Amino acid sequence: MLFIILLVVVAIFAPVLASLIGHGPNELFNRTMLDDFGLPLGPNSEFWFGADASGRDVLVRMIYGTRVSLAVGLLATLFAVGLGVALGLVAGYLGGIVDTVLSRIAEIILSLPILLFAIGIVTACGASKEGCARGAIKPGLMLVVLISAFFTWPWMFRIVRGVVLQLREREFVDAARAIGAGPTSIMFREILPNLISPIIVYASLMIPQAVLFEAYLSFLGLGVPDTTPSWGRMIADGSQIYDVAWWLMLFPGIILLLTVLAFNLLGDGLRDALDPKSDR
Amino acid sequence: MGRYIIRRLLWTVFIVLLASILTFLIFFVLPAGDPALRFAGKQPTEELIAQARVNLGLDKSLPQQYWLFLSRLIGGDEYGWPGLGYSFHTRDAVLPELIDRSRVTGSIIVGGALMWMVIGVPVGVISALKRKTFWDRGLMGICLFFISAPVFWLALLSLLIFWKHLGWLPGTGYVPFAQNPGQWFAHLILPWCILALLYAAIYARLVRANMIDVVSEDYIRTAWAKGLSPRKVVMHHELRPALAPIIALFAIDLGALVGGTIVTETVFNMQGLGNWLLIAANNNDLPVTMAVTVVVAAAVCILTLIADVLLAIIDPRVRLQ
Repeated sequence: MLFIILLVVVAIFAPVLASLIGHGPNELFNRTMLDDFGLPLGPNSEFWFGADASGRDVLVRMIYGTRVSLAVGLLATLFAVGLGVALGLVAGYLGGIVDTVLSRIAEIILSLPILLFAIGIVTACGASKEGCARGAIKPGLMLVVLISAFFTWPWMFRIVRGVVLQLREREFVDAARAIGAGPTSIMFREILPNLISPIIVYASLMIPQAVLFEAYLSFLGLGVPDTTPSWGRMIADGSQIYDVAWWLMLFPGIILLLTVLAFNLLGDGLRDALDPKSDR
Repeated sequence: MGRYIIRRLLWTVFIVLLASILTFLIFFVLPAGDPALRFAGKQPTEELIAQARVNLGLDKSLPQQYWLFLSRLIGGDEYGWPGLGYSFHTRDAVLPELIDRSRVTGSIIVGGALMWMVIGVPVGVISALKRKTFWDRGLMGICLFFISAPVFWLALLSLLIFWKHLGWLPGTGYVPFAQNPGQWFAHLILPWCILALLYAAIYARLVRANMIDVVSEDYIRTAWAKGLSPRKVVMHHELRPALAPIIALFAIDLGALVGGTIVTETVFNMQGLGNWLLIAANNNDLPVTMAVTVVVAAAVCILTLIADVLLAIIDPRVRLQ
């Protein structure tokens, strides 16, 4: 938890931290930080985590990378949760044909190989600056967020739908109906508050997945553009020369691992705290 | 049962068709890079490009092109069945290369899957039996670590340590089994371990959670009350229902892994399906992308079907509707 707060602070104050260190994220130090063969130099007192193949400061880029990872993790989860909860409520409460159609769509999306389609969409949309679908979708951060959200909302949908199916038979829903509440009001005022704890628990477990997803895409060179520092992209850069410049992949990997681990621990903790059934 | 299987097979066909249509659409809206231009040779003239376009079938409308793909797939083509055409990029037939690359990906997946089941299930069982002890907490902590670690980073790190520094392994790449079984094994052991660690961790957590759920069921108390030996209670009454959902998941993961090995293959420099897809997607190579997508979608669906049927056989509480 403390680590997550720290990450958020680092992300917000990235430019301040960078100016304290005195290096920009895309500033090249090829005079001082590249050796005679053009290979980057390792950690020293001025560049704590060394430099990358273009002579950029790894530490500063990692600080900026926090922004990308957190933005993708939080935004993608926000969209996926919003969509999943809204559709799950509707499907679970209304039932019938609406439920059948939505459940089938969710099932289809879940049975598609995510990474494979993500690669397809990103290459299709990222091939030119104009993006795809007549410029409606531009390559970059938002595209990663949208793809991640599109493929993960069915998880939330299934959980919400399952709980709603049980809740709608309960007395308080009958009572609301008896005093003349409409379906929208019942769904959002009566049922939704009862869903808060599963939503929080699963949302907190979806954040690390989205963070990892961005890292995977960036690692494959498909995520955010090269000028935006991203941990996945930095590890990919490091993978070219990992045997001579180990610091390039090591430090971004450690921070990525710690971030995902922190969110996973938070999610597990929330589940133990909020879910009465989980006695683990 | 028979009717259920038939219905599920139809559903499989539907999903595969849908996946192929989606892939087709995604790559049709791709704006940059005309495949015909590349096909027309080094000095493309207008006629040559037009000719190439006709040869590749790119002059036809989108539905016509899709129909062509579909009829070739079902009817076969000059390279055999199913007809997958030839690559826009290398101009080689897709099918033989698909089979070659399936062997590589298959080797990675099968070995990795065996390892993760062999590691994951016992770890989960031990954790559940020794619940809330030092062992349980230690094992679950390790599991959380491997779930959180990015696969490509672990892979690079392991290569750095076991190949570059210790020199225990011969390096990256793939050696066919028929050529040299020892080298085949030595090249695959690291990818297997990397894949296995992530999934073993996920499965250990699941097995543990399922076991703990099962232990509180009434029939377990009955089993103990009947005076059965602890061994029998654990093996027969607890493990079986706890493993049933794992089998369903195992099949899905196995299928999804065909796409999921993209990262592993990239890091370990293996010419498998995932690696091929990445290259094809970057080159706007529609036939290859379509072939891999269809194969993966079909694998996922068929394995899911097998898992569902197996599940009904193992767990009498599951009824197929």
